[in-house]
Amino acid sequence: MRHILSILVENEAGALSRVAGLFSARGYNIETLTVAPTEDTTMSRMTIVTTGSDEIVEQITKQLNKLVDVVKVVDLSEGKHIERELMLVKVRAAGKDREEIKRTADIFRGRIIDVTDKSYTIELTGTTEKLDAFLEALDRSAILETVRTGVSGIGRGEWVLKV
Amino acid sequence: MELKLPPTVDSGETLTGAEIVIRCLQAEGVEHVFGYPGGAVLFIYDAIFRQKVVKHVLVRHEQGALHAADGYARATGKCGVALVTSGPGVTNAVTGIATAYMDSIPMVVLTGQVPTRAIGEDAFQECDTVGITRPCVKHNFLVRDVNELATTIKKAFHIATTGRPGPVVVDIPKDVSSQSARFHYPEKVSMRSYAPVTRGHGGQIKKALNLLIEARRPMIYVGGGAILGEASGEVTELVRLLGFPVTNTLMGLGSYPANDRQFVGMPGMHGTYEANNAMQTCDVLLAVGARFDDRVIGNPAHFSAGNPTRKIVHIDVDPSSISKRVRVDVPIVGHVKDVLQDLIAQLKATSQRPDPAAIAAWWAQIAEWRAKDCLKYNRKSDLIKPQYVVEKLYEVTRGDAYITSDVGQHQMWAAQFYRFDKPRRWINSGGLGTMGVGLPYAMGVKMAFPDAEVACVTGEASIQMCIQELSTCKQYHLPVKIVNLNNRYMGMVRQWQEFFHGNRYSESYMDALPDFVKLAESYGHVGMRIDKPADVEGALKEAFAMKDRLVFLDFVTDQTENVFPMVPGGKGMSEMILSEEL
Repeated sequence: MRHILSILVENEAGALSRVAGLFSARGYNIETLTVAPTEDTTMSRMTIVTTGSDEIVEQITKQLNKLVDVVKVVDLSEGKHIERELMLVKVRAAGKDREEIKRTADIFRGRIIDVTDKSYTIELTGTTEKLDAFLEALDRSAILETVRTGVSGIGRGEWVLKV
Repeated sequence: MELKLPPTVDSGETLTGAEIVIRCLQAEGVEHVFGYPGGAVLFIYDAIFRQKVVKHVLVRHEQGALHAADGYARATGKCGVALVTSGPGVTNAVTGIATAYMDSIPMVVLTGQVPTRAIGEDAFQECDTVGITRPCVKHNFLVRDVNELATTIKKAFHIATTGRPGPVVVDIPKDVSSQSARFHYPEKVSMRSYAPVTRGHGGQIKKALNLLIEARRPMIYVGGGAILGEASGEVTELVRLLGFPVTNTLMGLGSYPANDRQFVGMPGMHGTYEANNAMQTCDVLLAVGARFDDRVIGNPAHFSAGNPTRKIVHIDVDPSSISKRVRVDVPIVGHVKDVLQDLIAQLKATSQRPDPAAIAAWWAQIAEWRAKDCLKYNRKSDLIKPQYVVEKLYEVTRGDAYITSDVGQHQMWAAQFYRFDKPRRWINSGGLGTMGVGLPYAMGVKMAFPDAEVACVTGEASIQMCIQELSTCKQYHLPVKIVNLNNRYMGMVRQWQEFFHGNRYSESYMDALPDFVKLAESYGHVGMRIDKPADVEGALKEAFAMKDRLVFLDFVTDQTENVFPMVPGGKGMSEMILSEEL
């Protein structure tokens, strides 16, 4: 099963490699990983999407908590949450395709952020499924380049992840 | 100039980084540092030279320094300290760090690093110490600013010795050890991201107690956590109050007296018939500071499926040890000593006790298994049986020696036949299984307890992995006794090849062995070669009578002797191969 882990880590050199190293050393999956400092500059927040049985995800959580640089770990998928991913797609857009691609981007609430006479670069935000669906909707051969940030997640309502 | 003695934790003095390192060690009460100098640690060695409080022990290879500090920690319960230089000093130390990590041994490892400005430039003797050691330390630090040095070292000792202990590396660039800062050693450090649990949850302890009282076929399974957590007194009290059978793992030996009737031997791959069968078929299993590892329970699927109704209570300071390989019914996270104290208090407060008839029937079953006499070996052989040597070692030392071992058959025979009645007397590499630890472990123990008898039970393959430390033993007059069970084979490899690889003894034969007697003599020690069973006891007595000499006893043993019982890899713990003697 897919789980979204939110992790607060000390903003120390090497904290990221401790977390990434734990996953590779113990054979856990990382589907996506995002990390950036929080409003408290002494801490960074990571969002890791992983897959595994409940037992494995329980072990992952325990092992993460054992790392000295890790301040807090929460499995967002245990409660109501929101997840978003940002994608930039460069597509070939020439001639009659230009209008069709623009329409598709509009349907998905994407924004064209760069234009040449042969290409569009589209910015799209949403869940992983939505981004996948947008790529499906495009003509495969038109896609020149994609770059995705991986999932960022946050709990719904007034609950906050804090120290 | 001689550095001043503690307590001077905040003298307001300005000291160099190197002096700060030594002053921190003094403040921590460190008596021995095991190490080897080199370019990046020259300032620290200079500071060592100018004081007399912290004694440095010069080894002959960095691996030896780490193992010696590790052995010192295992025997004393204190934090071991090692000091090595950058690059190859660190890579040589990694085996020792990983060995300590796998057995949760508290150590602080100080490593030299190239100057901060040279880091990342592939400088001479540079390696990414923090990167290389990351997977085999509890934590590690690179100190980039001399002003943070003392606090970092304090954190290192705090992390190494609290919670589930483990090695912590502090990497110190050469310029940091030469620059100056005002010395302040904090008395305490608090870290928001590191707060190990101590007391167990009262409700969980109550649940555990109810299970124990209702048990009809109970078993108590005690691992290294009880030794590390200084809980053998509590283990012994609980076991006796309940009247239950108890087993100690390889790492837990000595936490309950091996000579007591309630002790059913060690469990696991080379555990006793009675311990393994009791673990497999019990209805309530109390695990104390143990981790259900593959060398204990074998195949976890067999362990669970073979007895799906068994209830498991697991006490451990490390939550990640719980439900890792085996699903646990009552997890209790906390210091084993504290949790056992609470459990004993709750037991004493109630008049309820386990059903005596059920427990008697269970003991009758165990007696039947015990009657199998699974450790039996041929006592009429003309060849020296390794088990016999360990039995005689036990007698000659009155069961009161510190026994270190290397890894392999001799390690298992030492564990099976030297009956440890006290904790911290059995010093071996259980998790990583590092050949070569035995002699440096013995050095570390002898440094800590100069008046105690210390014997290293080893084999001719293992001993050669750190044989250079005979020189260290000479320099520091460490009169340990080396009991070499020399079967001219890497015995455990040979045993597996015999059982599982069609007797094809691929590369397991130790050819071109040295003359160990002459080798010992060349280092200024005493060497003895013993090849007849009748001479075993006399030789041991003679060796231990030489209180001030290192004696290398080279016992020429039966080449084909195997360790029994044996649970083959991947099998369940009741699927034992037994000796043909039975």
